[in-house]
Amino acid sequence: MEKFSEGPGNREETSRLSSNGLTLNIGPQHPATHGVLRLVVDLDGETIVKCTPYVGYLHRGVEKLSEHRNYMQILPFTDRLDYVSAMSNNIGYCTAVEKMFGIELPERTEYIRTIIGEMSRIVNHLLWLATHALDIGAMTVFLYCFREREKLLDLFERLCGARLTMSYTRIGGLKNDVDEQWLKDLYEFTDEFPMRIEQYETLIDKNRIWLKRTKGIGVISAEEAINWGLSGPTLRGSGVPYDIRTDMSYGVYDKVKWQVCTGKNGDVYDRYRVRMEEFRQSNSIIRQCIDQIPEGPIMADAPKFTLPAKDKVLSDMEHLIHHFVLVTKGPQTAPEGELYVATEVPKGELGFFFVSDGTGKPYRMRIRSPSFVHVAALPRLCEGELIADLISNIGSIDIVLGECDR
Amino acid sequence: MEPLEIVERLKEKYFSEIVDVTQFREQVFVSVKSDRITDICRYLHDEPDIHMDFLADICGVDYPGRKYRFEVLYNLYSIKFRHRLIVKALLTEEDPNINSVVPIWNGANCHEREACDMYGIIFHGHPDLRRILMPEDWEGFPQRKDYPLKGREDWEYKGFEECKELHNHDKEWNIQAS
Repeated sequence: MEKFSEGPGNREETSRLSSNGLTLNIGPQHPATHGVLRLVVDLDGETIVKCTPYVGYLHRGVEKLSEHRNYMQILPFTDRLDYVSAMSNNIGYCTAVEKMFGIELPERTEYIRTIIGEMSRIVNHLLWLATHALDIGAMTVFLYCFREREKLLDLFERLCGARLTMSYTRIGGLKNDVDEQWLKDLYEFTDEFPMRIEQYETLIDKNRIWLKRTKGIGVISAEEAINWGLSGPTLRGSGVPYDIRTDMSYGVYDKVKWQVCTGKNGDVYDRYRVRMEEFRQSNSIIRQCIDQIPEGPIMADAPKFTLPAKDKVLSDMEHLIHHFVLVTKGPQTAPEGELYVATEVPKGELGFFFVSDGTGKPYRMRIRSPSFVHVAALPRLCEGELIADLISNIGSIDIVLGECDR
Repeated sequence: MEPLEIVERLKEKYFSEIVDVTQFREQVFVSVKSDRITDICRYLHDEPDIHMDFLADICGVDYPGRKYRFEVLYNLYSIKFRHRLIVKALLTEEDPNINSVVPIWNGANCHEREACDMYGIIFHGHPDLRRILMPEDWEGFPQRKDYPLKGREDWEYKGFEECKELHNHDKEWNIQAS
């Protein structure tokens, strides 16, 4: 048996086989790059000497466009940033605008936002697990994950009519309230979901191929991960308990019991484990929120900034004028100032920085997207490793190019 | 530490560099001259009780008509102490040059490239300063306020070199675009 382990499949053995340099172009159209990411990789044998990411193929100029739209009109752009977890982006954007305008949200809205934020986290991590496993070679997990994802997307569809680009939140509230039956069906899902997580784990957690392809791959230490600006589960995999939800700046994360999941070694396997634990935490947060959710209004009492209710618009002249001005010109009494507000989306820290000059449009809107930073750190993760591990590394940092290129 | 305390510490050390301190909804912004930005960033990063180890973001802002047309914002956060400070470096239109902070935070790499791409700010000492989001042969800096939203009417994007060759090929063979 020992003889076999010294064969050419051995990692050290492979790295000793050297050849003249080879430059390989991966992407922009490649199934394992999760979008239009292009990598130019310099190889020595099978070892990556240099990796250069090229991004921008999906650049739509959202930041520039936003300078010419009012605050309400920017909301649908945020769906198209990270289209896998559009709801989190909606929440991130609305939270930032509300903080700038100084709007206090009703409690029920905070609860619903927390619920849909965590649902979005589960949806995102399910897609991540499915595609990551598929890249590494585990086909079955892909099908199982999409089964559960479908159920959550159906719930989203019942809530707001869309499955992918939701635009459900509004500045100062939500589009519509949730009903009892919806909450009940979601509760049923959370009853069943922990068992499903165990199913995924039995498929891959102790799978020898999975372990070989993830353990000790793409190792990054805590200090280095912070220095590279990594955030979210990618940073927590290195053992840094940095989670913006613990800042209590948004949502009702202070009213429910949950904990920040961290890894230890900072490799692909630990980042996978962190996300698997986040499934359980998100599931538990949703359950607690459904138990505690109070009755009440869903729109904040800030008529200068929030849209009036539809029935009032159709029956009352003042509300109609108000609605017209807000939709066509944007809020006319926006405070002047600059503010950076970050929220924890499934991929990491999504920050919105606004410069407001008091008009209905932002003077400058900056989107700090986690994927952009993670792609930039990809060379650090994969240089010196084998070309096959590049795919594990791309999967483990969980990128979406719509958000990266903006 | 409160952000204003950090500003006080910064004033002790770099008094002549600080131009202005503003505050909005408890977030503190320090405007500084651009010449010694790496020293200031290095100080904020290395000082044990400030310890700004996480560079959340670098972005440019354009204010045409002001004396300092460009601002480069360094969004600094300390994961250990959980405080945030935003440092603004002021740049004039004639001289949009500033030193890179990549030696301090590796994460600055992509943000500086983007600021260069969108605003034409040159970061000296950056290891690989190229356009990042726009095509490499793009002309102009799209996020400047004087750059029109729909592009310039008198100016046509020439396209990549390889597209140009294809275009010539079409002409030679008299192929009409459908």
